[in-house]
Amino acid sequence: MQSNLIISAIVALVALAAGAVILPDWAMFLFAMALAKGLVCLGIVGMMRGGVVSFGQGLYYCLGAYTATLVANNFGISDIFLLTFLSALVCLLVGIAFGPLLSNYRGIFFAMLSLALSMVLYGSLSKMSFIGGTDGLNIAAPTFLGWAPEGRPLQAALYIYVVTISVIAGTLMRIYFDSERGLLTLATRDNELRVEYLGASVRNIMTYNYVFGAVLGGIGGTIAALALGHVDPEFAFWTTSGEFVFVAILAGYLSVPAVFVSAIILELVRSFSNLYFPNTWQLALGIFLLAVIIALPNGLGSLVRRWKGNKA
Amino acid sequence: MKTTNSKIGGLLATMTLAVGLSGPAAAEEDTFKIGVITFLSGQAAESFGVPAWNGGKLLVDMLNEGGKLPAPYDQKGFGGMNIEVVVVDEAGGATKQVQEFRNLVQREEVDAVVGYVSSGDCLAIPPVADELKAFTILYDCGTPRVFEDGSYEYVFRTAAHATMDNVSLARYLKSRNFDVPSFAGLNQDYAWGQDSWADFTGAMNQLYPDAEVKTALFPKFGAGQYGTEISALLREKPALVHSSNWGGDLQGFLIQATARGLHKRSQLALAAGDHVIPQLQDKMPDGIFLGARGVNGLAAYARGGELEELTNTMWEAYEAEYDTFPVQAPFRMWQAIFGLKTAIEKAMAENGGTKPTSEELAAAMQGLSWDAPSGHIEMALANGHQAIQPNAIGTTKWNAETGKMELVDVEYYDARCVNPPDGMKSQEWIAQGFPGAQCD
Repeated sequence: MQSNLIISAIVALVALAAGAVILPDWAMFLFAMALAKGLVCLGIVGMMRGGVVSFGQGLYYCLGAYTATLVANNFGISDIFLLTFLSALVCLLVGIAFGPLLSNYRGIFFAMLSLALSMVLYGSLSKMSFIGGTDGLNIAAPTFLGWAPEGRPLQAALYIYVVTISVIAGTLMRIYFDSERGLLTLATRDNELRVEYLGASVRNIMTYNYVFGAVLGGIGGTIAALALGHVDPEFAFWTTSGEFVFVAILAGYLSVPAVFVSAIILELVRSFSNLYFPNTWQLALGIFLLAVIIALPNGLGSLVRRWKGNKA
Repeated sequence: MKTTNSKIGGLLATMTLAVGLSGPAAAEEDTFKIGVITFLSGQAAESFGVPAWNGGKLLVDMLNEGGKLPAPYDQKGFGGMNIEVVVVDEAGGATKQVQEFRNLVQREEVDAVVGYVSSGDCLAIPPVADELKAFTILYDCGTPRVFEDGSYEYVFRTAAHATMDNVSLARYLKSRNFDVPSFAGLNQDYAWGQDSWADFTGAMNQLYPDAEVKTALFPKFGAGQYGTEISALLREKPALVHSSNWGGDLQGFLIQATARGLHKRSQLALAAGDHVIPQLQDKMPDGIFLGARGVNGLAAYARGGELEELTNTMWEAYEAEYDTFPVQAPFRMWQAIFGLKTAIEKAMAENGGTKPTSEELAAAMQGLSWDAPSGHIEMALANGHQAIQPNAIGTTKWNAETGKMELVDVEYYDARCVNPPDGMKSQEWIAQGFPGAQCD
């Protein structure tokens, strides 16, 4: 199992990294953004396995993006590794602070409370005109351990970076999902009381899932900010969080790669509907989302299971 | 391993799809392709995005037909080239706009981009435009930060930034000898409203140093209900109420304020309010001091002068097509397209008549000046990348006979009177008492 996982991770990494050569510029950027958002969604999927959905993952997406931007602008740090690490650290600490609080809530209460936290950040940032208020701020292009590429090499480097992080994060999350605690998360979804009677702490499990989601959100936000070159409080707005939830639902909780594939599909559909139906792109996007939910109520991940079932 | 195959298969399928859909039609020599980004949905669509593009589409059609406009705009298209347009909705935030900008430039291979109403988008796009070496015109957004906090090679803003709106308003009060012992503000709680209020109080501080600020209200963007705020304004009794609200927020505020008689107790001064006239008609009270972010809309129509023919041609074509008169947004779109046309034709005169590259266009646009229905536009600031333009403030008066809103007591301000000089930040310019302002 473990060796299979590592082989598939390496194959996925190579296949995706090949995109740095074969993909046209615009698609490489679109994939990089989609994978960065996919990281955030992976955190939501981790929570979804336990039966709760965070409607406020924008909190960590935005926190990561702003941490990177403020550090880059105020301390002149442009190294992508260091910025990612610092953002992840900040999100880890904030996640540890809020995790135990949120882990007591389920269903709509968890969703609303997490949403409220992200909207508090949105409101606060909007008021802070010294860091740009609602207009946000710009962040310069990152460097890679002292290497400062420009043009296509920069985009390719960013793309390879996000691909590598996505594959590593995906692999680690898969290992976690298959671990004792990960499987208990799945059991919590079915019957929380029984898990407690087995002697496991549901609260503890939920806290772990939430903190992992926070760190992934921060990393995703940092990469998105560096790729875009601009951050604004919109990163923490509920529509941004809602988009992450949608990707998570589209992917379902069964498969890790499905999360990234869903994120890419959503970006592609949005980009092309925006171009071909400028007046009705929201409608086109909505119809697509509705069709997917009707056709695949358990998400794209269920396709993998279905395919596996047929073979077996 | 089976699952692995399917996972990778899925990824590859997506990639193939992406690559397969790439290959755009190769750019043709006799066509100039522009990407236009403006709000087609959301709150800013009705007020700015849709009228702007209605005006833009009209002008592009007229140019493609050729010979419809007075000189110097009588040549067909852009320097004889046919104009092709790709329109993209600006709704969705800066994140989406950066992606769409890349798509327009790299996938659609547009020759120039004209767009952006939102200040957030105007801050996010320029670094990307420079990275891609894509010639870009910001046509509408207001924040002075774009070129005061950064400098870009391929990015130009063909409209004056928002500083002049509120400086003109304060100057209007002064030139009409309006007594302002106290004033208050009601502005939307986001960067636009906050900046407008800061500019207005700064300008008032210079021109009316004794005026007392009664209250500064910042209701939420899109609030729609202003009962509490109007109560506060009625209680405080300021001589003047300033607002930079726009769209539904402004309509809501005006309807609720007039119902409670606020306009009779305090003078209302709206920095950017002309665009709600077509919706409100006679529900817009008389006697409001009104700006349009430039000599746009009614103020341009009332101006006459040497630009009368150009202005009236566009005005009448717009009225005939859309059954309403053009407000500020189409005027800004027109000045962007006329500027682009002038720059392209200047670049073509220099390079021997071939389609100009982004570099040639940027060189031609830098420091350019041209005439538009909104007046004489000069790329005078930020090393020739930021335009200044004249402004006008007037007073509303409903003409019951014709059933139309008119602007009376209009004061026109020279571009150099209400815009900061080159190299000076707007905030400092206001704080230092408008050094270098040339008003006659």
